[in-house]
Amino acid sequence: MLVLVFILSGLIGYWVITKVPSLLHTPLMSGTNAISGVTVLGALIAVAVAATTSSKSLAMVAIVLAMVNVVGGFLVTGRMLAMFKKGKGKGRK
Amino acid sequence: MPATIFYLYLIVAVAIISGIRLLSSPEYARWGNIIAAIAMLAAIVLILAQQELLGVGSVAVALLIGSIIGAALAIQVKMIQMPQLVAFLNGCGGAASCLVSLAEAANPATTANMYICGWAVIVGSFTFSGSLIAAGKLSGKVKQQPVILPHHSWLTSGIALLLILYWAFAVYLRFTSFLLYGVILLPFALALGVIFTIRIGGADMPVVICFLNALSGLAASLCGFVTQNPLLVACGAMVGASGILLSQKMCRAMNRNLANVFLGLGVTPVSGKRLEPDSLQLKKEAEMTEEDKFSLSLKILREANEVIVAPGYGMALSQAQFKVWELAEILEARGARVRFAIHPVAGRMPGHMNVLLAEAGVPYDKLLEMDAINEDFKNTDVAVTVGACDVVNPAAIRVAGTPISGMPILKVFEAENILVCNLDERPGYSGVENPLYKEKHAILLWGDAKETLDRLIKGLSDRG
Repeated sequence: MLVLVFILSGLIGYWVITKVPSLLHTPLMSGTNAISGVTVLGALIAVAVAATTSSKSLAMVAIVLAMVNVVGGFLVTGRMLAMFKKGKGKGRK
Repeated sequence: MPATIFYLYLIVAVAIISGIRLLSSPEYARWGNIIAAIAMLAAIVLILAQQELLGVGSVAVALLIGSIIGAALAIQVKMIQMPQLVAFLNGCGGAASCLVSLAEAANPATTANMYICGWAVIVGSFTFSGSLIAAGKLSGKVKQQPVILPHHSWLTSGIALLLILYWAFAVYLRFTSFLLYGVILLPFALALGVIFTIRIGGADMPVVICFLNALSGLAASLCGFVTQNPLLVACGAMVGASGILLSQKMCRAMNRNLANVFLGLGVTPVSGKRLEPDSLQLKKEAEMTEEDKFSLSLKILREANEVIVAPGYGMALSQAQFKVWELAEILEARGARVRFAIHPVAGRMPGHMNVLLAEAGVPYDKLLEMDAINEDFKNTDVAVTVGACDVVNPAAIRVAGTPISGMPILKVFEAENILVCNLDERPGYSGVENPLYKEKHAILLWGDAKETLDRLIKGLSDRG
């Protein structure tokens, strides 16, 4: 079941990203980078099921790192995209 | 898994996919990013609720600390530092995936599959150390040139082989202990990441960042297998696919293949066989003084109707993008049409030039991809290269057997006049001499691009 999810999402990802123009490749990378921070979900689950302090503290550190990834990634993508403006007429605003 | 949870996951996944989908249009990309961010937030809340962690203080604190650090990084970063920030964030993601798997493995009550845990630890920690080295190289803290250890390839494959053997051994003996897993796999995988990345040179970084991005996705996905969470598997797989696709694109644009990049090959200067003679007589450079060159450039710019700017990483290094746009605006005010030709690998990460120029205020409809603008060079009065060498090097077309032969380039040489605002005449990263500098219609304005452009701007505004 999970393997199926893996393959399907991989294909969907490939297909969706083919359409992104190179103009936006940097924001695309930082955006997908932020998404790779979804591992925070894993970290949360790991905290919830942790039975020892060691595994709990490892998972806590993982939450922090993954959130750095998520928040940093999305914010910086937003900052970049905000700079892309469409020109009017001769490029004067 | 209860049906409600399944549907909620599905909604989140669809939202994230549509977010990425929207990233393909510059107009709606901002919304795409926001949608993906909201979906992620929803997923976090969903998991918090599902795992009954909503009221747990320590979890909230951990979430908060991470968010604050991430936000601080994102707000402070300058656009030129974007590649290293992305590499660093990527490393954080990899480390997090690695730690999650370790935490699962260390949990005595775990139901996680130890073998997958092992892979998640390997991929996660490899991504972590590799990304940190890449970030260090990009920010200049680690030497940019490839560092090659004795027997580098053997060392790399040796460690990789050891890891795989150990993993197989552990599977065979049915190890379930955290110590045997984490503690032994971790240092090897970390070392592998370092050794792998350290031999890759500065200009190959776009490929490496994409590749590490793919790995961080894969690590997250493996983490999803460890924690039995389909959403994690799905998102990770999407990121992985995206990273792989981008690395392929970058490789193609650089005329390299992944193996070449990863083995640090193909950066030795080679003189190749000439396919086509330089059609143009060599210019008598010596007869022109610097002043002559400048007044000629100004004359050309004043008379130009069609101008294309071809920027390269040199522009970023000299932070000349603001001056470039200033010049472009002056020319446009005089009635010329100015556009920018962006080579896919100009810069240190995919699309880097676009971000830098957008920062300087260039509207995105003036930023054209190589394929969209290449045929227009022949109808162009002036092509201005700013800190670009390899990506405008006609040797890629005319000479066989060099590292860049066959690489797609910006056909700057077809323009009526060429202004070269580069630092010096040294060849670019490929080490291939640039015959563009010898073309009769090229005017070579050596020096820091920012200063050169400044002089041109002053010259143009003086005698409007």
